[in-house]
Amino acid sequence: MSSILVQVVVGGLLLGAVYALFSSGLTLIWGMMNIVNFAHGDFVMLGMYVAFVIWKLFGSGPLLGAPAAALVLATLGIVVYFGLIRSIMKGPMLAQILGTFGLALLLRYAVFWWFGANFLSLPEDIVGGTFDLFGIRIEASRLLAGLVALIVTGALHVLLTRTTLGSKMLAVAEDSAAAQLMGIRPDTMQAIAWAIAAGVTGIAGALIATFFYVVPTVGETLAIVAFVTVSLGGFGSVPGALVAGLLIGVIESLSAYWIGAVYKDIVVYALFLGFLWFRPQGLMGKS
Amino acid sequence: MRRLLWPSVALALAIAYPLLFSTPFQQRLGALVLLYAIAASAWNIVGGYAGQVSVGHVVFFGCGAYAAMGAYSHFALSPLVGIPAGIAASVAIAAVIGVPTLRLSGHYFSMATIAVAELVRLIVSDTDYLGGGVGLSGPTVPRNVFDLSFISALPYYYLFLTVLVLTLGITWWMADSRMGFYLRAIRDSERAARSLGAPASRIKLYAFMLSAGLTSVSGTLYAAMFGFVDPESGLGILISVKMLIMAALGGAGLLFGPLVGAAILVPLEEISNNLLGGNGAGLTFIVYGAIIVLIARFQPGGILTLLMRLSAKPGKTPDISSAAGAPHAP
Repeated sequence: MSSILVQVVVGGLLLGAVYALFSSGLTLIWGMMNIVNFAHGDFVMLGMYVAFVIWKLFGSGPLLGAPAAALVLATLGIVVYFGLIRSIMKGPMLAQILGTFGLALLLRYAVFWWFGANFLSLPEDIVGGTFDLFGIRIEASRLLAGLVALIVTGALHVLLTRTTLGSKMLAVAEDSAAAQLMGIRPDTMQAIAWAIAAGVTGIAGALIATFFYVVPTVGETLAIVAFVTVSLGGFGSVPGALVAGLLIGVIESLSAYWIGAVYKDIVVYALFLGFLWFRPQGLMGKS
Repeated sequence: MRRLLWPSVALALAIAYPLLFSTPFQQRLGALVLLYAIAASAWNIVGGYAGQVSVGHVVFFGCGAYAAMGAYSHFALSPLVGIPAGIAASVAIAAVIGVPTLRLSGHYFSMATIAVAELVRLIVSDTDYLGGGVGLSGPTVPRNVFDLSFISALPYYYLFLTVLVLTLGITWWMADSRMGFYLRAIRDSERAARSLGAPASRIKLYAFMLSAGLTSVSGTLYAAMFGFVDPESGLGILISVKMLIMAALGGAGLLFGPLVGAAILVPLEEISNNLLGGNGAGLTFIVYGAIIVLIARFQPGGILTLLMRLSAKPGKTPDISSAAGAPHAP
């Protein structure tokens, strides 16, 4: 492999790790409550704007921006759960789709109204610059974003599978009535799940903001990326989201490199449709 | 005959409206309400009656719009040619994407249709024959009446009213036929419907194709009135969302639901755009978003369901279960 190709693949993997991170948030909600959050892309967008505001106010990068985004989004997650999701969860499907779609419009255009439609961006040198590693050039911001995303996704997986909290959440997902009899409050667990899912999504947004432009409609594309990742990885599976996220990152980079940047989204969407057609249960999901 | 009372009153009011409200703004507003009501009613067939929440209907809208403007730009034909051409293209596309996507249930179907719509938008934005990112324009100076290029909104108003009456007539006829009963059964429980012998896949596909064809007509009419189409106005996902919201606000799965929704939301949007100028666009959609969240949260059956419940005589339970959003026994 030529070093350019290696560079493209590494770049794809780093981006894919961030995709995996925000898709984990979507998959957690989807797996636990069987609700698709159509506003998920806009959660990422909000994370990006929080990072931007933090930089504007304090001049600091993701070190402060990421925790702030996590905090803001986790709060939003709890508010959304109690204000909307709890009551539409048991309702007809049209209400579920409408509810989160309305939320998406509300968030997107609230930001549009406040910040305008201009492309904003953090300064390019907010995280290091560019450096050479074994002959390939990597932007420090992308490297940091990829690594942090990997760590947070891993931590989320550990939280869900190795802790009491994770077991309680799984219990609610499996059988909420039975969990209730065991003294677990489904409401609390689901609210926590929303907080965690939105929180990690916020972190992902803050990381993306270090190397990508910030604009209110950015969530539209990212939502579809998350849908693709989750359908590919199987809903409810964080490891699945990780594998699928990395895969999609690489596919995007390669198609941008080989066919042209305009076509990278086309390739991913087409892949998604193909996948839904042949394996609606996902790459690692159970049929 | 009683069931025809309200529709007749509504039709009489609709015919009289431009005579009572004769300023250009009011006539244009009336025409837009009817236009969106056509699109939302078309969506209602598959989204409301069949309960398959498509977010990709803008593809069919775009088919009609691009067919109309393409007929003019490339062949110097009347945009009216876009009606048959758009219907043919939409029905064909609906058949192609319907077969794989309609197998997907619930959310998966919605997501797949979003992906289809975005895919089509990206491809069209990159196709020079279809005008790329700039789009296609219609006749600037009308050659004859068939160019559908009028200065006043009045001719559009009556044209749209005719098409809306046809659309609602087709919907009514369909809802009352065997197909309509199948669709409602599928919406309430596809598994139960299948086990009772309803050919669910075929019926859903027919509904999708019928809905696609009618949506395409609304696209053609839109392009004729505005005189151009570009990827944002003809294929943007927000147009799908508008169809969905109008139908749901009025009452998805009810014949007049989409019309009620359009009659509320279109004036809201136009007036707020007028009052707020350029900054209004963002605010309008904030209000849109808030309204959708509130319907989903408090009144998933839509406004008509609420009215029907309120106006029902005590002791007699109204048939609210015919609305898609109304809660029903599993």
